[in-house]
Amino acid sequence: MTMSSALDITRAVNPPRAIFNDFPLGHTAGKPLDRKLQREIMIETLSAFATMHTPGSIKLLPFEWSADHSWKHAGAGAGDNRTERTEVPMYQTEDDKAAALEGKLAEECIVCSNWSAGAGERGSAP
Amino acid sequence: MAEPPVEYIKSITRQYAKLGYKPYAWVYNTDAPPWQPLRKPLAQCRVALIASGGIYRHGQTAFHSKDDTSLRLIPTDVRTEDLRTSHFAYDQTDARKDPNVVFPIDTLRGLVREGFIGGLTEHAFTFMGGIYSSRRVREDVAPAITERLKAERADLALLVPV
Repeated sequence: MTMSSALDITRAVNPPRAIFNDFPLGHTAGKPLDRKLQREIMIETLSAFATMHTPGSIKLLPFEWSADHSWKHAGAGAGDNRTERTEVPMYQTEDDKAAALEGKLAEECIVCSNWSAGAGERGSAP
Repeated sequence: MAEPPVEYIKSITRQYAKLGYKPYAWVYNTDAPPWQPLRKPLAQCRVALIASGGIYRHGQTAFHSKDDTSLRLIPTDVRTEDLRTSHFAYDQTDARKDPNVVFPIDTLRGLVREGFIGGLTEHAFTFMGGIYSSRRVREDVAPAITERLKAERADLALLVPV
């Protein structure tokens, strides 16, 4: 089951089962700290495992981000607001970087490109 | 008044053209998707959470932004306050306030406690979805995740893109 907030992209990708939640990107599973809404979205999502019988189904969830739909136009006409792409890890905090450099959780970081070769599959802290 | 969903393919295609970028190669899968029927009640199913919002936990290496195809294994008993995000292409403000918006771990743990689902796999699986090669996702990332789902005996896979 794929959750989605981009209906056209999900239709194009055509996964076996999907739900569509019409929220701004970055909020597929709900609004921050709204536990009740997050729970309702998840119950609607998981319930679809039992009710969908056709491959490629997309269930449209009934939730609204806000009564006002102006957020749907917020990105229109904007330039490229993505940051430059590099191979430097993007830590949320400096403290995270220091902790990662200790390397204690390196075995939880898997490098996928060597997966099938079986060699060097473990990642390591930079 | 309700408005139709945002047409991201159209608007991003238009934006790329305006910025003089090469057209983005959208994935269109026209074959019927694979299908496995649900074989037992949800209350007996072990659920695996897979999220592409660049979630990592304190102590792990963060994601980088240049076609990072690596995975993070996040123990599903992780402390929510240890969760972080690193992604270059979506607004992370709310995800950093409450990771559950892109990584619904507390939501799922709550539904396990309620008995709505049977449980969670030992780990959740995360990556950074801004990989501009669908081939690398198909050939590297997806098989690695599938391998783990089998090893951790997942009954259901829940994918949460951003």
